[in-house]
Amino acid sequence: MFAPDLFSQALNGLSYGVLLFLLSVGLTLIFGMLDVVNLAHGSFYMLGAYAGLATIALSGNYWLALLAAPLAVGVIGALMEIAVLRPLYRRDPLDQVLLTFGFIYLFEDLVKWIWGGRIRSIPPPDLFAGSVTIFGATVPSYRLFVIVFGLVMAVALFLLIERTRLGAIIRAGVYDAEMTAGMGINVPLVFTGVFAFGAALGGLSGVIAGPIQSAAPPMGAGILVPALIVVVVGGLGSLKGSLAGSLIIGQAETFGKVWLPGASMVMIYVVMALVVLLRPHGLFGRPLK
Amino acid sequence: MTLRLLAGAVVVAFVAAFPALAGNYPVKLLHEILIWGIFAMSLDLLMGYAGMVSFGHSAFWGIGGYVAALALKQSPGLVSGFVLPALVAALGALVIGYFSIRVSGVYFIMLTLAFSQMFYALTFQSAWLGAEDGIVGVPRARVFGADLTAATPFHVCVLVVVAATIVVLWRVVRSPFGHVLAGIHENENRMQAVGYPVARYKLLAFVIAGAVAGVAGSLYTQLVGSITPDAFLWTTSGEALLMVIIGGTGTLGGAVLGAAAFILLQSLVSTYTERWMLILGLTFILFVLFAPGGLVGALRGRVGIRG
Amino acid sequence: MTAPALLAIEDLSRSFGALRALNGVSLAVGRHERRAIIGPNGAGKTTLFNVITGDLAPSAGRVVFEGAAITALPRHQIARRGISRSFQRTNVFPRLSVLENLRLAAAATGRGSYDMLGSVSRLAAPLARAREVAEAVGLVERLAEPAGRLSYGEQRQLEVGIALATGPKLLLLDEPTAGMSPEETARMTRLLMALPREITLLIIEHDMDVVFSLADQISVLHHGEVLTEGAPDSVRADPRVYEVYLGTGDE
Repeated sequence: MFAPDLFSQALNGLSYGVLLFLLSVGLTLIFGMLDVVNLAHGSFYMLGAYAGLATIALSGNYWLALLAAPLAVGVIGALMEIAVLRPLYRRDPLDQVLLTFGFIYLFEDLVKWIWGGRIRSIPPPDLFAGSVTIFGATVPSYRLFVIVFGLVMAVALFLLIERTRLGAIIRAGVYDAEMTAGMGINVPLVFTGVFAFGAALGGLSGVIAGPIQSAAPPMGAGILVPALIVVVVGGLGSLKGSLAGSLIIGQAETFGKVWLPGASMVMIYVVMALVVLLRPHGLFGRPLK
Repeated sequence: MTLRLLAGAVVVAFVAAFPALAGNYPVKLLHEILIWGIFAMSLDLLMGYAGMVSFGHSAFWGIGGYVAALALKQSPGLVSGFVLPALVAALGALVIGYFSIRVSGVYFIMLTLAFSQMFYALTFQSAWLGAEDGIVGVPRARVFGADLTAATPFHVCVLVVVAATIVVLWRVVRSPFGHVLAGIHENENRMQAVGYPVARYKLLAFVIAGAVAGVAGSLYTQLVGSITPDAFLWTTSGEALLMVIIGGTGTLGGAVLGAAAFILLQSLVSTYTERWMLILGLTFILFVLFAPGGLVGALRGRVGIRG
Repeated sequence: MTAPALLAIEDLSRSFGALRALNGVSLAVGRHERRAIIGPNGAGKTTLFNVITGDLAPSAGRVVFEGAAITALPRHQIARRGISRSFQRTNVFPRLSVLENLRLAAAATGRGSYDMLGSVSRLAAPLARAREVAEAVGLVERLAEPAGRLSYGEQRQLEVGIALATGPKLLLLDEPTAGMSPEETARMTRLLMALPREITLLIIEHDMDVVFSLADQISVLHHGEVLTEGAPDSVRADPRVYEVYLGTGDE
C-alpha cells in the first residue's frame, strides 16, 4: 500500500499539475496560433484569482466566482488582443512578445491599486471545506475537487478541440494561419477568440488556485516560468502536450521539493534547456520547419 | 553637428560634476543609472545590432556580481573587482551561448530565460553563496592606489567604465565585425549563403555582451555592497530590455537614456504616486506600439537629424 | 570529355514525406561550362540547388565538388569552397546600401571581418570588389541606395551581384529573370553573357531565349529525374522535352 505521505504528495503534485495544465493550454494555443509567447499569461492567472476574490466578496458564492472569473479575464484578454496585439501582427513576433512583457507591470500594478499588495485568502466552497482520509493520508477535499475538475476540463477541452467544428478551425489555425485565412475563415476573429479563450483558461486556473495558495500581486510571475516549461516540454501548440507536460512538471516540482531540496529548482530548468536543445518541438509538438 | 557636440559636452560636464552639486541619494541614483546603463548597452549590442533578443542577460550581470562579491571579500583589488568578473561572465556567456545560439527567435528567448533562472535556482539553494540572502558586506575594490570606498574615486571609476564601454562598443559596432552583425540581423540566411560562419559571429557578440554585463554586475555589487539571487531573475533581464527599448534599440546611447527613464520613474515618480509600475508598463507598451525608435528616435526626429 | 567534372552529382535523391522531389539524379558539370537546368514546375530544380548548397540534406546520393564530397558540409563551408548562389525569391539586405550588400558578400571569405576595433574602409579588397561587381551588374549609379528601395529588376541584378561578389568558381543562378519585363530580361541576359568564362555557371531558367543564348549544355529535369541532357540544338529537337512541357503552358 502507498505510504500516506507519498500519496499525499502525489495528490499535491496532481492538483498543482491541474493548475499548470489550465494555464499552459492557453499559452500553448496562443503560441500555436498567433506565434506569440504571451509573457503576461501569468497575469491572467493573477487576474482570475482576484476576479474570484471580488465575486466572492460581492456574492459569497464560490461557484459564481468559478464562472465569473474566467469570463472577466476572457474579456480582458480579448480587449488586450484587439487594442494592442492586432496592430502588431505585421511586425516581428518578437515585438509582440516584448509588448506582453510590458503588460506584466501594467496588470500587477492595476491589481495592487485596486486591492492593495497584501496577500488575500480565498476560502474554498463550503462543500469542499473539510478534509477526507484516503489510504491513511488526510487530504483537503478541495484538492480532490481540483483534481477531478481538472480531469473533467481536460476531457471537455479534448472534445472541443478534436470533435467540434470550432475546434477544427482552431487546429487549422494553429497548423497554418495563412491557409486558414485563404479558406475564407475570419482569422482576426478567431485570433481574438483563441486569445480570449486562452486568457479565460488562465483566469480559471487562478480562481481555482485561490483557496490553495491565496492571492497576491506577484503570483503571476511565479507560475509563468513553470507554465512555459510545461509548454516547451509538451510541445508548443499541442493540447496533449500540455496535459503530459503539466503532469510531469507537477510531479517533478512537488517530489523534487521533498526528495532533492537542494536540486529541485534547478532540475526543471535543466529539463527545459535539454528539451529546447534536443527536441525543440517538445513531446507532442509539430516538428519545426 | 556642433549642437550635438555642445549638448553632449554639457551633459558630460554635468554628470562629472554631479557629486559636487547634489547630495548622497541623488548621486547614488546617478550611479545606478550609469551602471544599469552599461548593462543595458551590452544588451543593446546583442539585440539592436546582432538581432538576438535574450531574456537571460541577467545571468552575466549576476555572475559578475557574485564573482566580485566572493573575490573582493578575499582581496579587494583590480583583478577581483573587474578582471575576474568580466572573465568568468565571458566564460559563462561562452557556455550558455554555445547552446542557446543553436536556436533562434522565441526558442532563443525561452532557452536564455531558462539558463538565467537556473542560476537563480542554484544561488537560491546554495548555502555557501548565502542562499536567499546572498552575499553581504562586500568591500569595494582598490584600484591604482585609490580606495573606491571613498565617494570621489568611486564616481571617477564609474565614469571611466561608462566612457570606456561607450567608446569600445561604439567602435565594435562600426568595425568590420559590427558590419557582419548588422548583416546577420538584416538577413541571416543570406549571410550563411555567402559563406559567413554566422554562429561563430553570434557567439562572439554574445560573449562580448556577457563580459560587459559582468563588469556592470560587479560595479553594482560594489555600489550597494551586496548581491542576491534576484540578480538572476528573468524579470531582471526584462528590465534591461525595457531600458533598451525605451531608450531606442540599436542606438547604444539610448540604453543609458532608457536606464535613466526607468530608474527615475521608479524612484522619483514613486515619491508622488505609488503607481510607477503602471506608468512604466504603459510607457513601455506605448513605446513598442508607437515609438519603436525609442527616446533617441524621438529626439532625433525633434532636432531634425536624420536617424 | 576527359577533364574531371567541377561538380558531380551522384544518384541524388531527396524526399519530403511521400513526395520524391529528387529521384536518383546524376549530373556532371565541367569546368568553365555553362549548364542550364530546365523542366516544368515541380521538377525538382530548386531542390537540386538546395542540396548542392547545403540548405537541404539529401535522402541518398552525394555531391562532389572539385573531387571532394561536400554533401554533409554546413552551408557556409560549401560557400567558402567556391559555390555561390542567387535565389528565386529576391534575398538581399533591404536596409543596407547596395554597396554594403556587395561588400558584405565580397568580405565573406576573407579574415578581416573579425576585426572589432578597426574601420570597414580599411578593408580595401572587398570594397574594390564590390565596386567591380556593381559595374558588372549595372548598379554603379545606385551604390548609396538602400537595397529595399531599388526597383524589382534592379533588385534581381543585385541578387546576382551578391552571389558574384563572393568570387565563386561555380555560380548557381535560380531563375535570374523571374518576373522581369522583356527589356529587363534582355539586360540580364547581356549581363550573364558578359560574365568571365572562369566562372562555371549552373542556371535554372524558364525563359528559353535566355537558355539558348547562354547555355553550352542543357539538362532537362522531370519529376525529380534527369530526362535528357545535351547540346541546346539536340535538346530543342527532342520530342520528349516538348511533351513534358505540353500542357504546362511554360515558355
